[in-house]
Amino acid sequence: MNSGDTSFMLLASALVMFMTPGLALFYGGLVRAKNVLATMMQSFICLGLVSLVWVVYGYSLAFGPDAGGIIGTLKYVGLSGVTLQPGPYSETIPDLLFCSFQLMFAVITPALITGAFAERMRFSAFVWFTILWSTLVYSPVCHWVWGGGWIGELGALDFAGGTVIHINSGVAALAAALIIGRRKGWRKEPMLPHNLPTTILGAGILWFGWFGFNAGSAIAAGELAALAFFNTQVASGAAAVSWIAAERLVRGNATTLGAVSGAVAGLVAITPAAGFVGPVSAVVIGLVAGIVCYMFVLVKERAGYDDALDVVAIHGFGGFWGALATGLFASTAVNPGGADGLFFGNPGQFVTQFIAAAAVMVYSFAVSGILLKIIDKTVGLRVPEESERTGLDLTEHSETGYTFG
Amino acid sequence: MKKIEAIIKPFKLEEVKDALAEIGIQGMTVSEVKGFGRQKGHKEIYRGAEYVVEFVPKVKLEIAVPADMADKIVETIMTSARTGKIGDGKIFVTSLESAVRIRTGETGREAL
Repeated sequence: MNSGDTSFMLLASALVMFMTPGLALFYGGLVRAKNVLATMMQSFICLGLVSLVWVVYGYSLAFGPDAGGIIGTLKYVGLSGVTLQPGPYSETIPDLLFCSFQLMFAVITPALITGAFAERMRFSAFVWFTILWSTLVYSPVCHWVWGGGWIGELGALDFAGGTVIHINSGVAALAAALIIGRRKGWRKEPMLPHNLPTTILGAGILWFGWFGFNAGSAIAAGELAALAFFNTQVASGAAAVSWIAAERLVRGNATTLGAVSGAVAGLVAITPAAGFVGPVSAVVIGLVAGIVCYMFVLVKERAGYDDALDVVAIHGFGGFWGALATGLFASTAVNPGGADGLFFGNPGQFVTQFIAAAAVMVYSFAVSGILLKIIDKTVGLRVPEESERTGLDLTEHSETGYTFG
Repeated sequence: MKKIEAIIKPFKLEEVKDALAEIGIQGMTVSEVKGFGRQKGHKEIYRGAEYVVEFVPKVKLEIAVPADMADKIVETIMTSARTGKIGDGKIFVTSLESAVRIRTGETGREAL
């Protein structure tokens, strides 16, 4: 065991944890004032719900000994067998610390989806969905890519979770937006962000925490962490600039929401690639992410589904670009433990990336959809129209976000 | 007695208040309102969506005055609130039936 790696991973885990309240702020500022608390609650409470699931069986399903390449066994139920000594996933940090780090990823992934159904989902339905989704979608997909399952075995590269977290949640978000339906008054009534300064603060926190997310995925305090750290910074910065440049061209104005959305798109896109590509490639990945995710947002306006906070565009599509970009730009010169991508003489990697991404998209969309349908039939997904008009802070939580005087 | 309601541009409030103080008006009620007349609103853009917001922020002043001062007060407000551009606002004068000072119970002109 090594105190350098251990202290780094402790801090990295804390950084990733911080991203969940950061996400709460990011999403909270984007909705109308009457729904700010309900929106933030949906992110925040994942810290509780998913932690419970993770301890009881979530970690085991994700990282337990492999069964058929599909799922982990229940050997680690109740974290039995997960000790303070190094385990199967690292030689230099306590196994429980690896479990902690992974827990923070498991927490934020369902929180990301909440942006799609903001301002209309019943809290009880949300709780059920989060628990079941974490169990039936997150843990299996995590296992496929990182836990010894078939996607990892296929040779797909996902350094910090572009597929496990972002494509996964992005596609689930699409299923959710389609099944739960549009907000009442969508496209007829103005639904403006009520507090963009909060959103900007949230984006800053996400960026900061993402250093833990990407650099921490090296699971060690060394060269790969340094590479991932730098790539994270430049990809996000590039994407912020390219998004607002695209905005300026298309709409005539660079917006602050565009700048922070671009930054998040860049963070998403570099996530799978962070430890496999060189810094200049990272810049290119970011530049492209800002532009294509912005384009996707414009397309969504015409598509007619109400993904309130653009989860599909930024996490789904951004993650998809990131996964493919990894298949283009990965280089063993940069990380000998990775692979070469198409631009470095290995087109097969690009195909592998595409297969992995596509498989997760299909699985996540299908299972998320089924879960939502079941919950709709039993508990009911949406709040009644009257509650939607009043605002979910009052109807779901008996609270008001802002009381002046 | 008359009630004077003036809807003016928010940044003009200080100027109007000072001008009224100079002619002896020491009290008023002010509320923040929105409205539009001939002044156009503005466009806001959030990600893919464009919103036209027609309402423009304004300030509404309400003053209760003796009838013989009404014309002078309207004149004063007009001069101090005017910019010459569309959206300067409007002043309405209505008859005030009665007024009461809550603390003392005084009515009529003594209450103003």
